Amino acid sequence: MSKDTQLDLWEVFIQGKSGNPYVHAGSVHASDKKMAIQNARDIYTRRGEGTSIWVVPSNNITASNPHDADMLFEPSNDKIYRHPTFYVMPEGAKQI
Amino acid sequence: MSTEHIQNAFQQRLDKGDFIEPKDDMPDGYRTHLIRQISQHAHSEVIGMQPEGNWITRAPSLRAKQILLAKIQDEGGHGLYLYSAAETLGITRSEMIQQLHSGKAKYSNIFNYPALTWADIGAIGWLVDGAAIVNQVSLQRTSFGPYSRAMVRICKEESFHQRQGYEIMAHMMNGTADQKEMAQDAMNRWWWPALMMFGPHDSDSPHSGDAFKWKIKRESNDELRQRFIDKTVQQAEVIGLTIPDPKLKWNEAKNHYDHGEINWNEFHEVIRGNGPCNKQRMEHHIKVHEAGAWVREAAEAYKKKRLNKESLVTI
Repeated sequence: MSKDTQLDLWEVFIQGKSGNPYVHAGSVHASDKKMAIQNARDIYTRRGEGTSIWVVPSNNITASNPHDADMLFEPSNDKIYRHPTFYVMPEGAKQI
Repeated sequence: MSTEHIQNAFQQRLDKGDFIEPKDDMPDGYRTHLIRQISQHAHSEVIGMQPEGNWITRAPSLRAKQILLAKIQDEGGHGLYLYSAAETLGITRSEMIQQLHSGKAKYSNIFNYPALTWADIGAIGWLVDGAAIVNQVSLQRTSFGPYSRAMVRICKEESFHQRQGYEIMAHMMNGTADQKEMAQDAMNRWWWPALMMFGPHDSDSPHSGDAFKWKIKRESNDELRQRFIDKTVQQAEVIGLTIPDPKLKWNEAKNHYDHGEINWNEFHEVIRGNGPCNKQRMEHHIKVHEAGAWVREAAEAYKKKRLNKESLVTI
């Protein structure tokens, strides 16, 4: 048997409705961009889940390292003044 | 970090309800367990296309044929979601297919039974997909993120599968005496194998301990099997089918049905490869995989040709 190829891995992002963000749906295998779009259409939008698709070769995605999670995300925890509920509004003020 | 440290930290994350993502630290056993379980699940979806594919050309109406095609396409899609989820753990698609062909990886026993009549298509959708749904609904909360997400997507799609199967059974039970007999015969042949889909009793389930500790599995084989029985009995009664188990009886005290003993010899025989269709299913998969090799090669060749052209333009 010849050496098997299962084609390249792509990540699929789908916009569910016009105006909505693109959300990661999963992955597909495909040899080129066009096939990746077609496969993503067949695999992830069989029931009207999408109005638009992005496909990206998986090895082009850079992800944060789970070990850096504390360093990256912890500093925002003590900055509660970034939230509107931090502020004391004068009694009686409306629509603010 | 030492192995013990990693395992403790890992367990702490699980215990506070975190999901695990592919690049996170995880014990080797967790990774191996998931690769085995998810790839087996993926293979089951793909092999499960065969007994139903057998009936596409003989579906009794255009409506039935369209529905069956859509259902089988879904099974293929489910297989692909699951292969992708397993790949995030570092195994390639080729390795998984190779393990299927060599017999190292299993698929669900249920697909080693033949679909003999049209009523079997009804029984498969209603009982086999019904049992699969009970298991998969529980797996939506499994601790590995990509597996959990695949399950959520699959569960959304599966309920149509079960309903179309039940509709077939209901139609036949409204039909002629022959049709009713055919439906009951399918029920008789698929009921027990459907119960076996949940796996051995909890007392004999070899992989359960780790699976619970790691929150891969959240409910036991017997709990899930009981849930399936409890909800299916009423559905059978509504359309006039008899469950082929003389010991099946409502137990007021437990608030569950009691059922007869499952034939575990048959279960183990089918796992060992001696079911009615094991050989046929595997031969077919290997044949189609090899016959399709030229398509994948052609796709690769086309990609190279395009790349060459593109570079000519840019240089």
